[in-house]
Amino acid sequence: MAADVHKKKSWEVPNGSLAPGDGQHTERSESPTPGLAQGTEPGMEHSSPRREARGGKSSSSCGLGPPQPCGRGRWAHSSPAGPAPTGCCGMGRGGRSPLHPSPSMGDTRTDAAWPVVPGAGQEGAMFVHTRSYEDLTSPEDGAAAARSPEERRGEPAEQSSMEQISKDFSELSTQLTGMALDLEEEMRPGKEGKLEPSPQTARRDSVLSGKEEEDVTMDAWRLHRKHVFVLSEAGKPVYSRYGSEEALSSTMGVMMALVSFLEAEKNAIRSIHADGYKVVFVRRSPLVLVAVARTRQSEQEIAHELLYIYYQILSLLTWTQLNHIFQQKQNYDLRRLLAGSERITDNLLDLMAHDPSFLMGAVRCLPLAASVRDAVSSSLQQAKAKSLVFSILLSGNQLVSLVRKKDQFLHPIDLHLLFNLISSSSSFREGEAWTPICLPKFNSSGFFHAHISYLEQEMDLCLLLVSTDREDFFTVSDCKRRFQERLRRRGVQHALQEALRTPFYSVAQVGIPDLRHFIYKSKSSGLFTSPEIEAPYVQEEEKERLLGLYQYLHSRAHNSSRPLKNIYFTGPRENLLAWVTNAFELYVCYSPLGTKAGAINAVNKLMKWIRKEEDRLFILTPQTY
Amino acid sequence: MAQTVTLGTSPEGPRPSYMYKVVLLGSMSVGKSSLAYRYVKSDFRELLPTVGCSFFTQILNLEEATVKFEIWDTAGQEKYQSVCHLYYRDAHAALLVYDIANKQTFSRAKLWLEELEKKFLPDEIVIALVGNKTDLAAEREVTTEEGEDFARTKGLLFMETSAKSNHQVNDLFMAIVQELLRREKEKASKPSPHGKVTVDLRASSTSTGCCRS
Repeated sequence: MAADVHKKKSWEVPNGSLAPGDGQHTERSESPTPGLAQGTEPGMEHSSPRREARGGKSSSSCGLGPPQPCGRGRWAHSSPAGPAPTGCCGMGRGGRSPLHPSPSMGDTRTDAAWPVVPGAGQEGAMFVHTRSYEDLTSPEDGAAAARSPEERRGEPAEQSSMEQISKDFSELSTQLTGMALDLEEEMRPGKEGKLEPSPQTARRDSVLSGKEEEDVTMDAWRLHRKHVFVLSEAGKPVYSRYGSEEALSSTMGVMMALVSFLEAEKNAIRSIHADGYKVVFVRRSPLVLVAVARTRQSEQEIAHELLYIYYQILSLLTWTQLNHIFQQKQNYDLRRLLAGSERITDNLLDLMAHDPSFLMGAVRCLPLAASVRDAVSSSLQQAKAKSLVFSILLSGNQLVSLVRKKDQFLHPIDLHLLFNLISSSSSFREGEAWTPICLPKFNSSGFFHAHISYLEQEMDLCLLLVSTDREDFFTVSDCKRRFQERLRRRGVQHALQEALRTPFYSVAQVGIPDLRHFIYKSKSSGLFTSPEIEAPYVQEEEKERLLGLYQYLHSRAHNSSRPLKNIYFTGPRENLLAWVTNAFELYVCYSPLGTKAGAINAVNKLMKWIRKEEDRLFILTPQTY
Repeated sequence: MAQTVTLGTSPEGPRPSYMYKVVLLGSMSVGKSSLAYRYVKSDFRELLPTVGCSFFTQILNLEEATVKFEIWDTAGQEKYQSVCHLYYRDAHAALLVYDIANKQTFSRAKLWLEELEKKFLPDEIVIALVGNKTDLAAEREVTTEEGEDFARTKGLLFMETSAKSNHQVNDLFMAIVQELLRREKEKASKPSPHGKVTVDLRASSTSTGCCRS
């Protein structure tokens, strides 16, 4: 039978009070440090930002180099008189607090600058303002927020104390677990055999999750590029990306010991960098999230992904319930409650490795003629009900339309979680689903109820209706019927079907020969656009490598201690350019044969093209009920 | 007792139409969704765990009546059990599904019965005990007799099915319809003291739909 905690019904979102009530989410309304308005459009005159000379060497001390076979990639130096964007080496954002290097959009920009930014609707943003990626990774508890990771890494004194700590830790862990000396030791074969699986183990049915549990003693297990572990503060396993949690319980015990050891010193562990691996810790009481990665992502980005996992767990349980459970019983086995949902978390991790949405903190729209989109949006808008907060139509992981209640905004993270939920389960294909779901960035203390259904059997078009009232199934179901009826009456179904046939556009449409791929994010709308990834990025590894390059540029551009505005990167297989302003972020991939001047010309052309196509690529007029 | 809800006026005159809410309950991965899927879509596929609850409708044109089934296929996962009462409230029939190759799911089905007994009077709901996955007979942990005996002592319908090999799935739902209709007739012959409450299904959102507390 359900544990007693389920009997409480207080997790429901009370109707009428949608905004978070507790202080826990005051971060939402924080106003990032207003900085200098640096964003200008191509073709407009550039202010002359302070330029920093940069060598070919990576600035971070953690050994993160350019993500190319070492030595080949180099940072081009700027030529003083280039066309905009001038100077393609890193330009520091002078005078900004390192914790808030990029102000969220809409705060500093003047209205006059508004219309020139492609993809930015004039009638207000669709989401709650897109918080910068740094906001995300900065801890919610103020204590640790005072220091940036760079500060900590930069100090040589800490280096040696880190060694001391790890030495001390070895001793401690021996006392605590009685068996493990360190992580490496722990993962060695033969150790886990002794562990007995707990009786109420949440068995991951291989048929259902579509994968066999791996043997954690095998080399193959250790070779995964990114491991993710979630544990409770009591050191109990909650989730492991690969291998069964039971087999890893002593490993997780060691992780918790590491965390507690530093906390005892009023300190917090953030990461360990060794041997090409990064071990990143994110602490969100009552959970601890750990990633062991040998990807080229920065620590910040890995922490960002861990936060997504945390939010994913919250979306299933709510923050309130999660805390309540662990207040009642510190050593509660959370896997009981998460059983059956591992694949949602697995899917999220896979998606983050492929889909730039998560990196961008933005949502991609299905390219659609503005008239069709408007017809869809107004059909959605008209099919409303009192309890509806959001009506979302999506296809694949692309947004078709979103209608929201007035004054209620959906955070891109929440939308990503919804996208992930839908893409990770085939069960929505049949019938109509009605499920409680928490949108943690919106309100982490309560459940919404989501009505999820596909419009037509063979069409990849999913309708998501988010309601505050769990009793409202039939009302909301009727909204779906009304929406479909309106769509039919407006006769846009055919156009919609046509658009679904080509969910991605080709970069060739832009008409720039050297251009291979790009990502353009409009910060104010929280939307981005990107063409299909085409040759030579055909194979899965190649696609991931491209995303890795973007990740690298992104991490350089958003480095908390030395953010960059413009980056031009020449590598052996492609050249890349990143351009980050207050209004947008642009990441472009060129063939390796082009020149920098050509790349800059191409950016201007590209921006013009996006501007021309913006009503097809973006949602410019977000609707409310 | 509000057991029937008319589906508006039946075009075929005297043939009555009924709407019944059927809920599937049971542990994780015993085959609740597969049973519903087999019954509604006459197909089988490996399904992923249900999130929350899925809703299907199925209309049966029988000789004596038109029956509309509203099938609520619930998630077996523990985290959804706090909301499960939403789904089985006002149900006319419940299928307690277990996996014949997993003894634990049988005990869980018994617990579900206890819960239903607390919420419903015996004549308010038709309960069927369903041993699913007869295609896994080789790994059987719950014998047919065990299931039958338990069902008999508790006055439940009993059937062993396989959604995968389409064994007795239709029969199961037919048995439920027959039982529901039998009770309907019984009631008609001796009218319930509360009178018959009919609710128009297609009424506005303010109607007392079957999900109202």
